[in-house]
Amino acid sequence: MARSLKKGPYIDFRLDKKVDAMNDSGKKSVIKTWSRRSMISPDFVGHTFAVHNGNKFIPVYVTENMVGHKLGEFAPTRNFRGHVGKKDKGKR
Amino acid sequence: MARIAGVDIPDNKRGVIALTYIFGIGKSSAQNILTEAGIDWDKKAQDWTDDESTAIRNIISENFKVEGVLKSEVQMSIKRLMDIGCYRGLRHRKSLPVRGQRTKNNSRTRKGKRKTVANKKKATK
Repeated sequence: MARSLKKGPYIDFRLDKKVDAMNDSGKKSVIKTWSRRSMISPDFVGHTFAVHNGNKFIPVYVTENMVGHKLGEFAPTRNFRGHVGKKDKGKR
Repeated sequence: MARIAGVDIPDNKRGVIALTYIFGIGKSSAQNILTEAGIDWDKKAQDWTDDESTAIRNIISENFKVEGVLKSEVQMSIKRLMDIGCYRGLRHRKSLPVRGQRTKNNSRTRKGKRKTVANKKKATK
């Protein structure tokens, strides 16, 4: 079920603060975050986030098309390497 | 035979049903169209007068996205998901179910026909 419009998009407060600070100062650095549930707001465009996938941080460069998705959608948590005995699989 | 919205030729069916042969028009939009045009739902497509057909055509071209335009829009949205590399896009790329369904069994619509994998031979002692 979709989130109520009345509440507006959910963005982790600390993450939002960090992005605002970076936008104000004009600096660009990778933001490490565990907040996969945060919606990507238009302010985030052009920044790179290191999104935790439960194991390591996946770098996600935010483009305009990604606005409205959640950060977690871009850092897959599962790594399927193929089935046993199936040849020429298991890359990455 | 009436020709509405390009290629579609709905035949001797009730008006509401005939309109649903157009991609992008379901039963409920068909009902809305016919009510707006002031045509009886049960009137067959072949019995529509020219005026009635043009009325329907106008309503569809003004208010609805149908056929090619709609199909390309759907394809564009899927392509967008694949390009931004989000989870739903990855599922589309692998042609697996996108909305979190199980894939241990079933989901044959997305996966296609079964591809049986030969058993691994057991090592003999």
